[in-house]
Amino acid sequence: MISYFTDHRGEILSWLGYHVWLSALPVLLGLVISLPLGWLANRYRWLYAPLVSVSGLLYTIPSIALFVILPGVLGTKVLDPINVAVALTIYTVALLVRVVADGLASVPDDVAQSATAMGYRRFQRLVSVELPIAVPVIAAGLRVAAVSNVSLVAVAATIGVPELGQLFTTGFQLSYFPPILDGIALCVALALVYDTLIVTGTRLLTPWRRAVRPS
Amino acid sequence: MAAGGAAVVIGDIVTFLTASANWHGPEGIPTRLLEHVQYSFVAVLIALLVALPTGLLIGHTGKGTAVVAAIANSLRALPTIGLLIFFVVLISPHIHGKGDAAYLIPSEIVLVLLAIPSILSNTYAGVENVDPAARDAASGMGMTGSQVLFKVELPCALPLIMSGVRSATLQVVATTTIAAFVSLGGLGRYVFDGQAQQDYAQMAAGAVLVALLAVLADFGLALLQRAIVSRGISGRYARRGAAAVPDRTDALTADVVEAEVVRA
Repeated sequence: MISYFTDHRGEILSWLGYHVWLSALPVLLGLVISLPLGWLANRYRWLYAPLVSVSGLLYTIPSIALFVILPGVLGTKVLDPINVAVALTIYTVALLVRVVADGLASVPDDVAQSATAMGYRRFQRLVSVELPIAVPVIAAGLRVAAVSNVSLVAVAATIGVPELGQLFTTGFQLSYFPPILDGIALCVALALVYDTLIVTGTRLLTPWRRAVRPS
Repeated sequence: MAAGGAAVVIGDIVTFLTASANWHGPEGIPTRLLEHVQYSFVAVLIALLVALPTGLLIGHTGKGTAVVAAIANSLRALPTIGLLIFFVVLISPHIHGKGDAAYLIPSEIVLVLLAIPSILSNTYAGVENVDPAARDAASGMGMTGSQVLFKVELPCALPLIMSGVRSATLQVVATTTIAAFVSLGGLGRYVFDGQAQQDYAQMAAGAVLVALLAVLADFGLALLQRAIVSRGISGRYARRGAAAVPDRTDALTADVVEAEVVRA
């Protein structure tokens, strides 16, 4: 397992590089897109049901199906990694829209009213009071999105996209364990790194949660 | 294999889906669809038989939740395709049966493994989160432990259990597609055969069929959920009044996240 890695280091590291940006970029893009959408769903309640239903429907579509259908819609090539990035962005948005809306809805009314009474304008209140309070809920959604993206990116190797999943297809063709085990280890490690980053980020963004320990 | 305009692609897919040759024989759409449904159904059923009793027991007794949560979460980090290929390479050389048993058995094992965590964690989270007042009231009325479990905790936990079953089903339907890569039948065959033949229309038609199957399966389970969850619990009485509570029965993804949030 180790010797397979050292023998194929260049190749594996370049797959790892692809894997990192194919799994991380959609999470960031998905967060940027779902923040305003989730806010809209919370601010205008009539939007909540349709947005959540459409997200649920999109989330239902299996990844391999989306990887194959998107080239037809976008006019890209089947092997183009862009399809994977777009598909995972769609999943991330589908997952996060409801999480953001529910997170914002979980802000207690009296907190929002206090902020207004202290002179916060609507946008200021959103950025400096409501969003920070919603951070733990949004972060929980981000963790699920980031960790599952690592596994979903690997699926695209079955249709030939270069990333860590290539280790699995190689191992299958050769009936040989070392590349498979390397692939599993690297995917799990990557998922763990994302998870740790998000947990650490959440702690940094919510210092008040550590200030008082409920007994 | 580059795709032309969207209109051309849709035309090609429709041609593939309506060609009568594709509706007959061992590679026809009905056969592939039936295979896909069979593989998925068996996996979800086995997972349910394992995860539901275990989840109910863990939720009812409150023992072992931390261990199960840790295992379920780490299983999520495992790449499904890696797990699938690992088991195929591990098991298939030892199976000398006829037909596709060499691929079917390892694939089913992986499908069951993937389906268990979401059913298990949603079941125990559902039982655990039952209003303690309801549980106390049931005991106060003289119900025994198992009566409390089956008459109070299980009905109250059903919405969360069903959302676990729905996400497990989606996971299984999706992974069954990928299992075609390791020579299994099912709708995924069109995706990988189409790729081997540089036939994008076949690939896309397979993908559309898989997406339809997933959406229909989820819709069917949503109807089942509506039928078996008590109206007092799903809150569908509230609809009659003004400004109804947002309908939560059709939101499968965030329920799982919620179970996650409870834990985090």
